[in-house]
This record gives sequence, structure tokens and C-alpha cells, in this order.
Amino acid sequence: MGLGEILHNLVFDYTLRTVALGSGVLGVVSGALGAFAVLRRQSLLGDSVSHTALPGIAIAFLLTGAKSPLVMIIGAAVAGWAGTLLVMGIIKTTRIKSDSALGLVLSVFFGFGLVLLTFIQKMPNARQSGLETFLFGQATALMERDVIVMAVLGALAVITMLILWKEFKILSFDPEYGVTQGFPMRTVEVILTTVLVIAIVVGLQTVGVVLMSAMVVAPAAAARQWTDRLGLMIFLAALFGAIAGISGAVISSLTLRLPTGPTIVLCISAIVLVSMMLAPNRGLFWNWIRRWYNRRLLTLNAVLADMYELAKVHDDPSHAHPAATIEAMSYRTGGVRRSLDALEESGLVQRSRMDEWALTPKGMAEAEKVIKSMEVKT
Amino acid sequence: MSGYDKNKKAVEVTDLTVAYREKPVLWDIDLNVPSGILMAIVGPNGAGKTTLLKSILGLIKPAAGQVLIYGRPYEEQRHTVGYVPQRGSVDWDFPTSVLDVVMMGRYGALGWIRRPGKKERLVAMEALRKVSMDNYAHRQISQLSGGQQQRVFLARALVQDASIYFMDEPFQGVDAKTERAIISLLKELRSAGKTVVVVHHDLQTVPEYFDWVTLLNVRSIASGPVDDVFNEDNLRLAYGGLVAFKSHEHREQVKN
Repeated sequence: MGLGEILHNLVFDYTLRTVALGSGVLGVVSGALGAFAVLRRQSLLGDSVSHTALPGIAIAFLLTGAKSPLVMIIGAAVAGWAGTLLVMGIIKTTRIKSDSALGLVLSVFFGFGLVLLTFIQKMPNARQSGLETFLFGQATALMERDVIVMAVLGALAVITMLILWKEFKILSFDPEYGVTQGFPMRTVEVILTTVLVIAIVVGLQTVGVVLMSAMVVAPAAAARQWTDRLGLMIFLAALFGAIAGISGAVISSLTLRLPTGPTIVLCISAIVLVSMMLAPNRGLFWNWIRRWYNRRLLTLNAVLADMYELAKVHDDPSHAHPAATIEAMSYRTGGVRRSLDALEESGLVQRSRMDEWALTPKGMAEAEKVIKSMEVKT
Repeated sequence: MSGYDKNKKAVEVTDLTVAYREKPVLWDIDLNVPSGILMAIVGPNGAGKTTLLKSILGLIKPAAGQVLIYGRPYEEQRHTVGYVPQRGSVDWDFPTSVLDVVMMGRYGALGWIRRPGKKERLVAMEALRKVSMDNYAHRQISQLSGGQQQRVFLARALVQDASIYFMDEPFQGVDAKTERAIISLLKELRSAGKTVVVVHHDLQTVPEYFDWVTLLNVRSIASGPVDDVFNEDNLRLAYGGLVAFKSHEHREQVKN
């Protein structure tokens, strides 16, 4: 299928349009609010909220007997919220550390959710099918009313974030200072957690309980690589989330029975990988280049210094020495010839006869500079 | 000691007790800080110095006791109190600029929702100038050295325009030059009639930098003008006989 056809379908194909819109919304919302979770070093919160939401979904279905999106989301939100408060409570009142508390609550709630799901599947009722899509997500089941609910709730979450920007910022950077500034930080934290819970449960039907935490953490992790500004970071996280959501939806629509959730997560993982490698300043690739460049500079300087030493023992500073002599002076024999070639190119050394080398006047001056800087350091 | 008013109490702590799981961290502390002085709080590790600051600032809920700032509860006087936390208490890799951090000192005055604007920017730049960090205003905070981080925190407290400043180890990990710059800033604040309370760990510099001192080790060992209370007996009480230090000034005073 060509790109033009995909674009055409995105606009005119009802299913694909709905799925892509829903996935895009989920990417924006979880990306933007996940950034605050990542900055507060609470990446695991996403995992805990999404897993603890599962029994909520099951109970909501058992109570109402219906699979309306709003009911499911409310059930998920209540359970996710209760689970998170439970984690916070355990951390505060016992000696159990936060990671253990998260693991504990997460597995108990998730296990309970699985039991309820199995129970529902065995019920003599035709309407129960499809609830298990919440495990890994099934975006193709998304309908227009689902997307509208997602968009409204997501917009609510993002607008809250924009209104309380300053408060969320100080909560993430220095909450104690926030208290001395007169803000009830506990309240701010509860609001942020609530908004994050909304962002997560909005995406559960599409991405699924198991992989939703990736949509919370990954866009922020990728965005952080590219910028040092909070506003830009959150914008980028939202953008990356949207790109991953839409492209994941399109790719999974092209192949039969390819689950949307994992595909979206693979897309965001690719974005993370590229960001980790290529982002300026923080990217591994540029780090390698920088390190390689520094090492090369170091070897060049060492060769210059060695040649300066050699030149000093002769009256004629342009007295040439064979490359082997210079090599013998160096601890690492490798690379001396290559360095000489590079130095010749920049006009610092000249080759005389076969393989004999001498400093040019320009190289002499450079070597003096190098030696001086070495002396300062030692 | 430039004309402080002994009758005007900047901070008045009575019967303050703080406990973590039944173990007292601070025990029955009474503390009076007259207005317009530079006070050091010294004591061994685990003496509760930081806890004392945090309880005064309402960051830790004490088991018992009362704190008054200029005769009124802290909650009513929050705007008159500036705070410089320990440098290591935040993540310096947070994506924000120096200017942004300093403007956080105005958040309380701004109140909910309202964002810092042009006025806050000007005030923050002015404070950065005072700590000679104005050239760094737009730097990312992770690019700062320890001393620069400390000065940013000081600037953030300065924009609060408070009457009392509480500072937690502002000299920790800074070079001699920054230390001198900070102490002259503190003295400037005192000349402007402000009160400064500093958690300090270097006993050598106490007589040189401060006019009042509180020796703390879970209990309040002694508190008063440096000349009166900063002596060997009190230091031994606070540090449990492990103090080899005695300042030159004090040796002379003992002789006299």
C-alpha cells in the first residue's frame, strides 16, 4: 500500500480514522503527563496505575453489565487511583520501600483483575466478550463514541496541566520549597496524580494494561534527550506520543490481526532508540564522535610534543626524523603514521625524503603551545 | 553586632520536640533569635540541625512545641521567611534554566495559577546580579558547579524579599572565593536589618562569621552571643568530648 493510499484512508476510512485519532489522543495525553511522572522519578507509577485499573474495569462491567466506554474508564480510574493512594499510604506508614510497595499493590490488584476476567468469561452471558482486549489493547474495536470520551477526558487532563503549570513544576523540582512558598503540595500532588490516572486509563482500551506504562515513560525519556527546557520537553513528549500512536495504528491496520498496543509501543521504542543515539548533547552517537575526536587530538598533540623533543636535540630545528623514531617514543605505537599524515595536512609537519618528518615553523609554535598547556595541567 | 534589638524576637521556639518512630530527633528545644543578627546552628551529625530548620518552616510536623515568627504563627508570617535548602536536595538535571529557578522565589507572592512575568524576571535578574550570576541566567542548571548552584539558591531566597532567612549549609562544597562572597552577602542582609539563621558545620569560622550561635545535639546545649556561649565546655557538651578544636580568639579570651 502506498503512502498516498494510507493518507487517503486516514481521512476517509472510518475505522482507520477512528483508530488513528484515538491512538493519537492517547499518545498526546500520556506523553505530556507522563513527562511529569518521569521528572518526579515516578516512572513506575504508570505501571501501577494501569495494572491496578484492571479489576476496576471488571467490576464496572459486573455492576453495570454494559461495556460503555465511560463506565469502563470510570471503573479503571477509581481502581487505579485507589491503588496509587494505597501505594502512597504504604510508603508513608510502613517501612516498606516504594519499589516493593508498588510491586506488591500492582501484582495483588492485577491478579485479582485476572481472576475477575476469567470469572466473567465463564458467565452465561453473550455480552462479556471483548473485555480481555484490555490486557493488550485492541484499537480496531475503538468507536467514535470511545474516541470522543477519550478526547474530552484527555483535554481535561492537558488543560489542568497547563493551568497548574507553575505548581506542577515546583512540585517536580523542589516540593519542600513549594511548601515554604505557601502551596499545599500534598494537594498539588493529589491533583497531578489524578490527572495522570486519567491520562493512563484513557489509553487502556487501545494499548492495554500490560504495555500502557511504556506510553507514560518512553515519550518523556525520548523528549528529554532533545531539550533542556521543561515546556519544550513536554511538547515533544506529546508530539512523540502522537506520532507513535498514529503510526502504530496505521501499521497494525495494514496487517491482519496485528495488535495495536504492542505496535504502538514498538513505534515509541524506535523513537526512544533514535533519540538516545542521535540527540545533540545527550545522544550516544555524538558522545562517541566527541570522544573519538578528543582521543585523536590527544594523539596528535602527543606526536607534536615528541617531535618537539627530537627537534630540540638538534641545532637545526628542521632536521628530519624517520617515522620509526617517532613511533618508538610513543607508548602506543599505533596511529603515529596516521597522525603524521593528519598533521601534514594541517601544515604542522613536513615530509622530507622517504619517510622522514620534521616540524614546520607553524608546527613548532603549535608544539610549544601544547607543551605549555601540558605543564599547566601537571 | 550592629545594633540588634534584643527585645524584638524574630524567631521564638518553645518546647519543640520532633520524633521519628519514637526516637527523639529534637528534644524540648527552646530557641530565641533576636531580630537583626547572624546566627549559626552547629552540632554533630544527626544533631537535628536540618530537622530544626524544617520544623520551624512547617516542613516537618513536630510532636510538640510552638514556633512564633515575629510573635505570630509561621503560617501567618510565611511571606517574611526565606529558605535556602541544602544544595543536594534537588535534582540538578531538571530541565530548567537558572532564571526559572530564581523566579520560583516569587511563586508564593504570585499565588495560584498566575505565571511569573516581566516584573518577576527583573527582580530575579537583580538577585542574580547580587550573587554575580547574571551571566548565567539562561544556562541550564545542570551546567553549574557546586558553588554556582549554591548562589542560585541564594538568589532564589533573595527574591522572596524576606525579613528572616533560614539557610541549610550554604557553605557546603563551595570554594573559598564563593564562601567569602556568600558571607559578605549575609552581612549585607544583616546591615539591611534582616535576620539570618544558618546551619553551619565549620566550627573554625563561627566566631569570624556569626554574632550568635546555637549549639545543638538533640537538645539545645547553649544559645546566645558567640562571645558568651561558644566555649570549650559547651562544645564538649555538644560534641561529646571529641572536639580538638579551640579557636585562637578563645584561647586568648580564656587567658584574659
